[in-house]
Amino acid sequence: MPHDSHDHDHPHTLLPPDPALRIKALETILTQKGLVDPAALDVIIDTYETKIGPRNGAAVVAKAWVDPDFHAHLLSDATAAVSNLGFYGRQGEHMVAVENTPTTHNIVVCTLCSCYPWPLLGIPPTWYKSDAYRARVVREPRKVLADFGVALGPDMAVRVWDSTAEVRYLVIPMRPTGTDGWSEEALADIVTRDSMIGTGVVNAQ
Amino acid sequence: MSRVHDMGGRFGDGPVIPEAEGEVFHEDWHKRALALTLASGSLGKWNIDISRHARECLAPTDYAAFSYYEKWMAGLADLLVARDVLTREELSGGAVGATDLAEKMLTSAKVPAVLAAGGPSDRPTTTPAQFAPGDAVITRAIAENTLVDGGHTRLPMYGAGARGRILRVHGNHVLPDSSAHGLGDGAEPLYAVVFEASELWAHPEHPRDEVVLDLWQSYLLPQ
Repeated sequence: MPHDSHDHDHPHTLLPPDPALRIKALETILTQKGLVDPAALDVIIDTYETKIGPRNGAAVVAKAWVDPDFHAHLLSDATAAVSNLGFYGRQGEHMVAVENTPTTHNIVVCTLCSCYPWPLLGIPPTWYKSDAYRARVVREPRKVLADFGVALGPDMAVRVWDSTAEVRYLVIPMRPTGTDGWSEEALADIVTRDSMIGTGVVNAQ
Repeated sequence: MSRVHDMGGRFGDGPVIPEAEGEVFHEDWHKRALALTLASGSLGKWNIDISRHARECLAPTDYAAFSYYEKWMAGLADLLVARDVLTREELSGGAVGATDLAEKMLTSAKVPAVLAAGGPSDRPTTTPAQFAPGDAVITRAIAENTLVDGGHTRLPMYGAGARGRILRVHGNHVLPDSSAHGLGDGAEPLYAVVFEASELWAHPEHPRDEVVLDLWQSYLLPQ
């Protein structure tokens, strides 16, 4: 049986101890060797800082709330439904939408690393990647929700989705009462990132 | 039998600290770490499963002490040497040698197309789907890679030996246990499997709570 060979003598210890210097050193070595283009790094950063983020997901949720055909398509084939809106790419190749109801609340986590639907929600927040969230939300989702100031009624079941594969989950939160007749844009404005992970709910403000 | 990253259900972690939606990166070096990792991936020397395993293989003391992007950086540095992209001498600040990989460099012009194209993990396979929605299954009793001792797997410890039922069939996907070790895609049917919280935890918060795991067919047995 082959053995894993990564356990000893880690090369990363050769880099400077300070994280900022460590990354600068690695970028410099790779750039000098002709393997990394610093301008490409700038484009990647700009993409996730200004172009791809949770407003994409909010637009999807708002559309699902007002458009029954899109809602049905999103639940039957989320990858195709969101691709049609232009939302596809790295870490969003296989999408599944799960819908909150008056009796079931959905929450998404990746206990093994930090899997997250980048094209719809952007780069995950720090807490999503934290040990505390990864360790706790599968076992005590209600206590974790309390950390976010969310309390579920006694009739609500919780279904936690642990993203162990390349399938990425988007929670469709419940549309709040008092939003009849709102435009898609106005609805998108009240859909929060956390509500699409399941650590929040949407309120009409 | 486990690695430090497999922490689902662990006791003792503190509160989860919420964060405002607009905060994408907290430090400039976080941005560079993310971008450097993505750009280096374009050199084609590893796949996503190999890169996840590199982070998992950090010493537990490092994994616990490092912030998120420090883990990425360490995993990247280790991979660059393990895959002969850089030498230990280059990583230590020595003179930089020539490479035949330069033609693979991700240029800024290519970034939008590369990010937009993604890397789908579904693959054709001749392995027929053994289960259908509603079927009762039980996961393997031991959450270890059966192909490679100490190897990568996506069956969390807390989900080992547990009884659940098939919720969805996701199609056929690359098997990480194989792909992370250069043993080929090994594509298999992939399922969303739902478990009652009471099957996984001694003190579930609510009798109707559930946990869903995406699990490959070879992780499952009929119940």
